[in-house]
Amino acid sequence: MSIDVLRVTKNFGDFRAVDCASFKAQTGELVALLGPSGSGKTSLLRIIAGLEVPDSGTVHFHDDDVTFRATRERNVGFVFQHYALFRHMTVFENVAFGLRVRHVPRAQADERVRELLQLVQLRGYEKHYPGQLSGGQRQRVALARALAPDPKLLLLDEPFGSLDAKVRQELRAWLRRLHDEIHTTSVFVTHDQDEAFAVADRVVVLDRGRVQQVGSPQAIRRAPANDFVADFIGIQYAEKRS
Amino acid sequence: MSATVIELYPRRSLAAGGSRVVRGILIALALGFVGLLLIAPLIAVFVEAFRKGWEVYAASIVEPDALAAIRLTLLTAAIAVPLNTFFGLAAAWAVTRFDFRGKSVLVTLIDLPFAVSPVISGLLFIQLFGARGWLGDWLRDQGLKVIFAPPGIILATLFITFPFVARELIAFMETQGREQEEAAVVLGANGWQTFFRVTLPNIKWGLLYGVILCNSRAMGEFGAVSVVSGHVRGETNTVPLHVEVLYNEYQLSSAFAVASLLTLLALGTLAARHFVERRTRGDRA
Repeated sequence: MSIDVLRVTKNFGDFRAVDCASFKAQTGELVALLGPSGSGKTSLLRIIAGLEVPDSGTVHFHDDDVTFRATRERNVGFVFQHYALFRHMTVFENVAFGLRVRHVPRAQADERVRELLQLVQLRGYEKHYPGQLSGGQRQRVALARALAPDPKLLLLDEPFGSLDAKVRQELRAWLRRLHDEIHTTSVFVTHDQDEAFAVADRVVVLDRGRVQQVGSPQAIRRAPANDFVADFIGIQYAEKRS
Repeated sequence: MSATVIELYPRRSLAAGGSRVVRGILIALALGFVGLLLIAPLIAVFVEAFRKGWEVYAASIVEPDALAAIRLTLLTAAIAVPLNTFFGLAAAWAVTRFDFRGKSVLVTLIDLPFAVSPVISGLLFIQLFGARGWLGDWLRDQGLKVIFAPPGIILATLFITFPFVARELIAFMETQGREQEEAAVVLGANGWQTFFRVTLPNIKWGLLYGVILCNSRAMGEFGAVSVVSGHVRGETNTVPLHVEVLYNEYQLSSAFAVASLLTLLALGTLAARHFVERRTRGDRA
């Protein structure tokens, strides 16, 4: 499913979090929203999910205007930055949640959960609680839970943000392979341009709520649209080298 | 290096020795204080209650007026606690999950029953529902009696015990944040499903803690209830009021016998509280 975000603006009190932002994601694409903290990337992601309503502008899924549609009717998968797993449920019940609330027949739901736990390589952890898992494992549970109801769109907020460097590298490569396998249109938020460029088909660079540049990793690296983009990429290169 | 380390040992043990004395004194002081002000009166209650033997103790409790007081107290708690659990949940939900105008005023108002003296809370209900109160004439025309009757006692108890569940839950739900609920909604859960499958299991220990405190106050409240009750023996006396009546009539053993029931309730509350506190700490971590 394609997404079309058109001139979206969102204020929190006096703070303009998103300022007339527009971008598109084609069906099956993996898009990164890249920017420093406070650039509005998470707000934009939450607007796409319906967790926030924009003050102006529209969000379309295909040709369908969903700007004011309730979150639960959008059928999107959302992976929260700190996973937001249900601590009182087992791994199995966490993944099954989206199916249970939709009253999917139990046998069918259980089969789907087993399939997903296989996909995220967590077979054998069905009866564990989130508190008993490592960060990387929780991340994969969150991903399996988001994928269980078969969403048309997968949204990930700093999916590797709270993991250590090594796990991060592994998960990054794994997410790319997973995406190539399931082909769900995906949007993820990151402040790390390495991550954005390594994983995404297309990158949307944001600063202070405004879209600075949209393009493939190669295009952005070859021709940064303005000083901010050049600077942001440049600074991060310098940091990596030192 | 090694010389310094060796030198440090005697000094450190000296320091520890000094603090051991100070620590001993402080612990003795604390225990003495608790013993004098808390434990001794607690023991005194039971000593006095059983002074004239088990028969008098039992007789004081099964005596009709005492039974009526126990019944009224249980009835009051049975109405006030569930209602305040419900209101407390609603208030905590509204305050921690929505942004709206007047939110800070609401949070402050929730504390009002704690801020005013219980006697004033009682007078406030007399002013509202009493024979000369604002609604007095209307109530008389309807043939309803609120003040000097069980409805007044229940209303006053509701008012006094309102903050317990709400306050406990607001603190609890604020530390938990909205993320798990948002996750549930994105996954397709409706309001009820989110509440019963995600919110409630997460707050259950905090809720239970609030309910325990609410119940202990509902059964033990004296001031506000005393003002609206009218002290009609066997009709509008709750357990705490009955204790006072007995005491004023110099029936000391009976007064302490009935008081021992409230003391047992308090001890039970403390034990339950201790248990739930440990569970909530585990949950928050």
